[in-house]
Amino acid sequence: MDNLLLMLAPLFSSKLMLVLFFGTLFGLILGVLPGLGPTTGGALILPFTMTLDPLSAIVLLTSIYCAGTYGGAITAILINTPGTPAAAATCLDGYPLAQKGEAGRALGMATVSSTVGGIFSVIILVFFAPLLAKLAYEFGQPEYFALAIFGLTMLASIGDGSPIKNLIAGAFGILISTIGKDFMTSIDRFTYGINELSEGIGFIPVVVGLFAISEMLTQSTLLNQVFKRVALKAVKLPSLNDYKLTWKTILRSSGIGSFIGVLPAEGGTVASLIGYSEAKRFSKKPEDFGKGSIEGIAGAEAANNAATGGAMVPTLALGIPGSATTAVILTGLIIHGVRPGPDLFREQPEFLYGIFGAMLIANVLFFIFGFFGAKIFARITLVPNKILWPMIFAVSVCGTYSLSQSIIDVWIMLLFGVIGFFMRRYGFSVVPVIIGLILGELVEGTLRQSLVIFDGNWLMFLARPIALTFFILSLIALAFPLLRSKKRKKIL
Amino acid sequence: MNNVQNKKRANKSLPFFFKDEFKVSFIIIFISTILLITTFTFDIVPPILNRGIQPATFPKGLLILIIGLTLIIYYLSIKKPWKVEKKLPKTFFLTLLSFLIFVIVSKTLDFFLAISLLSVFVSYYWGERRILYLILVSVIFPIIVFIFFETILGLRFPPGIITNIYYN
Repeated sequence: MDNLLLMLAPLFSSKLMLVLFFGTLFGLILGVLPGLGPTTGGALILPFTMTLDPLSAIVLLTSIYCAGTYGGAITAILINTPGTPAAAATCLDGYPLAQKGEAGRALGMATVSSTVGGIFSVIILVFFAPLLAKLAYEFGQPEYFALAIFGLTMLASIGDGSPIKNLIAGAFGILISTIGKDFMTSIDRFTYGINELSEGIGFIPVVVGLFAISEMLTQSTLLNQVFKRVALKAVKLPSLNDYKLTWKTILRSSGIGSFIGVLPAEGGTVASLIGYSEAKRFSKKPEDFGKGSIEGIAGAEAANNAATGGAMVPTLALGIPGSATTAVILTGLIIHGVRPGPDLFREQPEFLYGIFGAMLIANVLFFIFGFFGAKIFARITLVPNKILWPMIFAVSVCGTYSLSQSIIDVWIMLLFGVIGFFMRRYGFSVVPVIIGLILGELVEGTLRQSLVIFDGNWLMFLARPIALTFFILSLIALAFPLLRSKKRKKIL
Repeated sequence: MNNVQNKKRANKSLPFFFKDEFKVSFIIIFISTILLITTFTFDIVPPILNRGIQPATFPKGLLILIIGLTLIIYYLSIKKPWKVEKKLPKTFFLTLLSFLIFVIVSKTLDFFLAISLLSVFVSYYWGERRILYLILVSVIFPIIVFIFFETILGLRFPPGIITNIYYN
């Protein structure tokens, strides 16, 4: 009961409601714009959150996350381009349905299923995160090390990218975290005599560079693309028939999305693809999929929004990001001095339940904004890149500079922008770099402390049951992409 | 269609060192090797202060892992070559050049001027020719951003020919 009251607290705080309002609005705009999305948007807004108290800052980031994930559907349905990667599966049926003159129906279904998926996942978050945190009380340094390794091996199965390339990117992220003074012995590593590097490389320049600047370079190669927008009169709430047809799909996808979201490093993109394919598998009319099936839209959208709450579970309970955007939220928590993990649940329940409540409200808010404002948001897609991206550059540069008022940070941001562009060009995802960078200190710190405990005996890791379980799960995570590609070949 | 097939065939007949998979693998291994050599220059902690492993051991392990995994992707690419990427357009290189100009101008003249120059440069080469819009992205928007950061966030921008006028 107390926790429920804590969850409702944001409703009674005008400041938090204002933050939620702007966060949801901003998230929707980001989600609608192809190439931006909640991850890049979250990274851009991070420096601004320094002016807010920790709860308001995280509420802002989570509302951007929830609304941005939904916003991608508007672009997917109206211009056949996913506003966010998580909305890729929505294009498959959303756009064909819009072309049939039923854009309003498609958007209505996307809005309802996203809201249901989002709310479902917050309920999972409220019940599951404290349980996971309780379990984490049993964890010592070796268990945390094994857990971090499990999180990193899960990178292998992110999206459709090559698992080995994802692992290389993850290792690169951890390597970046070793730059600067060694936190245990204060010995300089990879500083090359540059004083500014002694403190290490900050999260913000890397995150903004890899997401915003690399996307700007990508957009510079796509200037000839012409988007055709399908006309939209108004968003229509799904009919009774549509509800009858899709309620099972929405619930199933909400469950799938929440589960996929809980897995470290996986996120909305994987969730929506699985949600979509399961909707097709269970459908009575699988032949309609790809031609404007309302079940296809519901399956993909419920799953990707359900992944938002799911992904917050390991982020808050263990400090292991559940997705790319939660990696940015985790960065926000760290720069605000909040250390996620079991202690957070014991010491600051009002903070956590405030976040849970805010996510719940954000899901309701984007339903209202989406339902009444989708037509206006759709117009934002018409902002030309030649105007938009120079503006994003100005915000990126000032935002990155503002954190430590260091011009070196801006150069690092540009460097990572170029690195990110070439990584993406050659099939390396940039998400593992961020996750590796965030988990780097945890991996190295817990490894070294474990070795002190074990007196240098590496085999002792295997004598700890929880750690051993995580190592076995890591092996499964590594083998999973291999099995998946074999299965895919069989299907083809 | 014929052109695409010819292009693919042409790529197949290219010497291995011209192929993307070789170039990418080579660059990763080359940089990793240099970094690996650097790790041998890290200070060594006396055993009494050592916490589990030497500070160089962890990055060494990571770099060896990266080199090993890169060799695997190169080996796999021999069996299954990578998709041929389109040539990068002129606008990409101009955007990259604008970053370089930004770095030089922000270091030598003015941070704010560098943002304005990059904005107008990028916007123009990406196809914007309307003067009003060019002024919007290169002057009006950076001024709004500047005022926002300066007054609301209390940020002090680095000194330069334009920012000095404002601060004085």
